[in-house]
Amino acid sequence: MSTTMVPPPPKKTNRIGLEVLSYKGGKTTLCAGCGHNSISERIVECFYELGIEPWKVAKFSGIGCSSKSPAYFLGMSHGFNSVHGRMPSVATGAALANRNMLGIGVTGDGDTASIGLGQFMHLLRRNLPLIYIIENNGVYGLTKGQFSATADLGSKLKTGVLNDLPPFDCCSLALSWGATYVARSFSGDKKQLQAILKTAISHNGLSVIDVISPCTTFNDHEGSTKSYSYMKDHEEPINEVDFVPFYEDISVEIPEGGVQDVKMHDGSTLRIRKLGREYNPANKMHALTALSEAEQKGEVLTGVLYVDTSKPNFLDMLSMVDEPLGTLPESKTRPTKEALDQIMEELR
Amino acid sequence: MAIEAFDLSEQFQTPVFVMLDLDLGMNNWMADPFPYPTKPLKRGKVLNAADLERLGGFARYKDVDGDGVGYRTLPATPHTAAAYFTRGSGHNESAAYTEREDDYINNVDRLNRKFESIRAAGLPPVVDYRPKASIGFVAAGTSHYAVEESRYQLEKEFNVQTSYLRLRSYPFNQDLLDFIRRHDRVYVVDQNRDAQLLAMMRLDFDPADIARLRSMRYYGGLPLDARTVTDDIVRQEGI
Repeated sequence: MSTTMVPPPPKKTNRIGLEVLSYKGGKTTLCAGCGHNSISERIVECFYELGIEPWKVAKFSGIGCSSKSPAYFLGMSHGFNSVHGRMPSVATGAALANRNMLGIGVTGDGDTASIGLGQFMHLLRRNLPLIYIIENNGVYGLTKGQFSATADLGSKLKTGVLNDLPPFDCCSLALSWGATYVARSFSGDKKQLQAILKTAISHNGLSVIDVISPCTTFNDHEGSTKSYSYMKDHEEPINEVDFVPFYEDISVEIPEGGVQDVKMHDGSTLRIRKLGREYNPANKMHALTALSEAEQKGEVLTGVLYVDTSKPNFLDMLSMVDEPLGTLPESKTRPTKEALDQIMEELR
Repeated sequence: MAIEAFDLSEQFQTPVFVMLDLDLGMNNWMADPFPYPTKPLKRGKVLNAADLERLGGFARYKDVDGDGVGYRTLPATPHTAAAYFTRGSGHNESAAYTEREDDYINNVDRLNRKFESIRAAGLPPVVDYRPKASIGFVAAGTSHYAVEESRYQLEKEFNVQTSYLRLRSYPFNQDLLDFIRRHDRVYVVDQNRDAQLLAMMRLDFDPADIARLRSMRYYGGLPLDARTVTDDIVRQEGI
């Protein structure tokens, strides 16, 4: 009796020949159902689908449940879990040391809007080329669920305590202080979050993505404004976004309706379709007004709020050399003896 | 010192603090011209892609050489085994997350070996022994200038010779211990209320050595001057 050997199906790979496994990380230790895990999955998908070389990516985080998550994606990328609220400094240093790396930072509402607010402000004004994802659940999960600075006024804790302080809106702060790509999404909105993330990967500047990411343990109950059910009822997409990478034909699948194409730095396209209202994501005042109006109405505005591809990033502003500083040979980094002597002479 | 600080930092994969006191940091000081550095930069234990290919991988926090310092890679090293995740103490030798007690103990013990390695590699102190001196000074930073002048005053006015050790780095090394043991009493000069430099020595040394230490403190908010040092030593010595 003979048997026919059936060859295993070829492994699915991306455009640089890597399997999706190469983009995964360690097993998550976050709670079941945590929105942060969904965001990690989207990150894995986006980097895999775009064929980004994982060893050219640097991951950063601060402290908090959110900041644990870089261990759960891109296991072949260098990662740095930094000090609470100080991730921007570490990411800035890394970008200066090697400008060819793609930086992705994951932070939380406590890490950004409380202890890290000072660093967040300076990151925004510098337009550092970095994908800055705020996994926003409105509570401090690691310390057992106290309100954070993004908790909405009147939001209720599991214990019944009502929040009587108004929140920071991280997108409004980002717009006011200089971010060049600002978006808000919901961890449960796979399609929107993917398009927003892929655009951020192409953006040559700072991308601030505020992702409402419910905490199933401490903030997913009746009365919470960051729960799955609240988001289901109150999410209001301001536009529909699609991302066409530079290596794909842009003429394919042009949707009907009011469409605005934004050409990204690497030749990719962010395709934005209007949804009912007049909204121009190139107009910062539109964005700020829309966010303010949505807050009044109790809506959570999602989508691409603002994009500006014209501003120079931090490294360009500093006129950094093309070659990474971290690998420049000593012959290029050490000035000559004559140069040092001249400096010493000038200080006499 | 910046050159040494960077070299030590890379060699031991640790932050190095270049200490300034308020006097040194906020006033203009004269300095000799900096000599041109001739030694190459030290990058420490860095593996490149070819090394990884040859070794087949690496464990970031494995103490291969027994000095507590593991091998590292630079971000963007083009190899699938190059990456590692830097986090707090909850990691094993391979930089993977752990909550195991033995991993934690291994890590902390390795850090202790690293600390001991740094002890021997730090900048040695500048020591001036005087043959007839039974007392000595230990000082750092801008205390140096007051101490130098005070030593002159003590010798000229009271015929008291003193030795002097100027600290230039921490952790302390054997030179400091030798210095303490060669004198009956050693005055540790601090410009703070709590005698912080002395307190660090108390943590490190045995009781017999600590018994030789005395504190000379000043915390009046002005730069330390020689007369203040001299008067305090005269009072404590009962001269």
